[in-house]
Amino acid sequence: MSPKRVVLRFMAETADKPIIYQLIRNYDLVVNILKAHINPHKEGMMVLEIQGEPEQYARGLEYLRSLGVTIQPLSQDVHRNETICSHCGACISVCPSGALYLERPDMTVNFDEDKCVVCLMCVRACPYKAMEVRF
Amino acid sequence: MAVEKSLAEINARIKSGKVVVLTAEEVIPLVREKGVRQAAAEVDVVTTGTFGTMCSSGAYFNFGHTKPRMKMSKVWLNNVQAYAGLAAVDAFLGATEVPDNDPLNSIHPGEFRYGGGHVIHDLVARKPVSLRAIAYGTDCYPRREINTVITIDDLNQAVLFNPRNAYQNYNVAVNLSDRTIYTYMGVLKPHMGNANYSTSGQLSPLLKDPYFRTIGIGTRIFLGGGTGYVVWQGTQHCPGLTPLPEGGQLVSGGTLAVIGDLKQMRPEWLVGVSFLGYGASLTVGLGIPIPILNEEIMYWASRSDEEIYAPVVDYGLDYPAGNPQPLGYVTYAQLKSGTINLQGREVPTAPLSSYPRARQIAAILKDWIRAGGFLLSEPVALLPSINEVTPLKSLQEKEA
Repeated sequence: MSPKRVVLRFMAETADKPIIYQLIRNYDLVVNILKAHINPHKEGMMVLEIQGEPEQYARGLEYLRSLGVTIQPLSQDVHRNETICSHCGACISVCPSGALYLERPDMTVNFDEDKCVVCLMCVRACPYKAMEVRF
Repeated sequence: MAVEKSLAEINARIKSGKVVVLTAEEVIPLVREKGVRQAAAEVDVVTTGTFGTMCSSGAYFNFGHTKPRMKMSKVWLNNVQAYAGLAAVDAFLGATEVPDNDPLNSIHPGEFRYGGGHVIHDLVARKPVSLRAIAYGTDCYPRREINTVITIDDLNQAVLFNPRNAYQNYNVAVNLSDRTIYTYMGVLKPHMGNANYSTSGQLSPLLKDPYFRTIGIGTRIFLGGGTGYVVWQGTQHCPGLTPLPEGGQLVSGGTLAVIGDLKQMRPEWLVGVSFLGYGASLTVGLGIPIPILNEEIMYWASRSDEEIYAPVVDYGLDYPAGNPQPLGYVTYAQLKSGTINLQGREVPTAPLSSYPRARQIAAILKDWIRAGGFLLSEPVALLPSINEVTPLKSLQEKEA
């Protein structure tokens, strides 16, 4: 299975449970944490890249849902507003994953959502505010 | 025989529908194929374009008199202050002004989400904008306060007036310090992690007429999606042509002051921008037609990215200290390739000025001229050319 990127949101009660450990140990998944906001006794958010057997992956996600964790595919999270983007290129050098890149020789800026790791650097660096976060 | 054309002849060809117009990109292969002389004979006009953030920009307005009358001494548009020390209901709004309550860089890097450039964009987009003004009151202008909402169509005049636009060439910014910095040249990673540049190179207006042979006071241009005019040399205008140690030459230093009716401009060509940690500003779409009067003008108008150089400057230490000694020079062809070689290292590059939009501006200007609606204007006076301006002075501090 190719790696899947997901956004997990969990309630305060779940925040102190070792869910990543369980995902790795019980479902044999390769988990890469791309981003995490976790504080004890507060609602949390985590962006994961997960790879493994499709059946195990499904069971792992089922386990997360049983704990009340909501799961969204990551591609929905950063979005480029095509009307606002001026294709200047200010986002290119801050994008760590190559999701934003210049198409040569036209020099237009392209956004490959599959490569986006939702670091949100482009959202901050875009002078035109064309990169939007969608929750 | 040498090619010599007059502007009147070119305008006659525009009117008769026979004019030959190419963009500054299109003319390059033609000159390579046919040579400068043949291309100069065939082509009447070369159009240029640039779409980049241009800080020394702004707009002035006449709001119309209030009842009772008021001599506005302080004015805010959408909470951004405009300079009102002009007349009763006139004000000038600068592109980089930010709201009084903006957090600025108190939490670094500040976001600067809204400023003068955004107000100008909102006005051009025909959005309602709040107008607040206060006054001290006089016998002839008794009113002391007003809070209302305006649109651009309510104003008697709304005029874009940019004291310095279309910088001929610009630094390539790198950062030699050991921390990430947030500049008007974008986010610069430490230890030369990236290099940002900001001109449209072979499409950029003043790189295509470095001696200012055709661009002068009164030149009609594409400005913010409408028509505008060159009114003066821009501030810091100091054009130069310097031979470089490793070959090639650096054309840089020219600037323009431009003006145009804001009411006929378009929001897609005049856009408010926010530079993280630096401030707010305005991106201006600007294009200039170059009449091909002779071979020399065609020679310069057809120079390509491979022949146009830009200086590389350290914004970590040198630039803020006021010692912008270039680290080296690179061509726009190298910059556009995605990496440049600096001090033996490959450094990734990124543009800040939109090349696709610059290309679009040159194409629109070409269409306007071919359609017969945009005649070229003879400059009332030419601007100072290379070696005609004394070098720029820095501010000397003296005891008051």
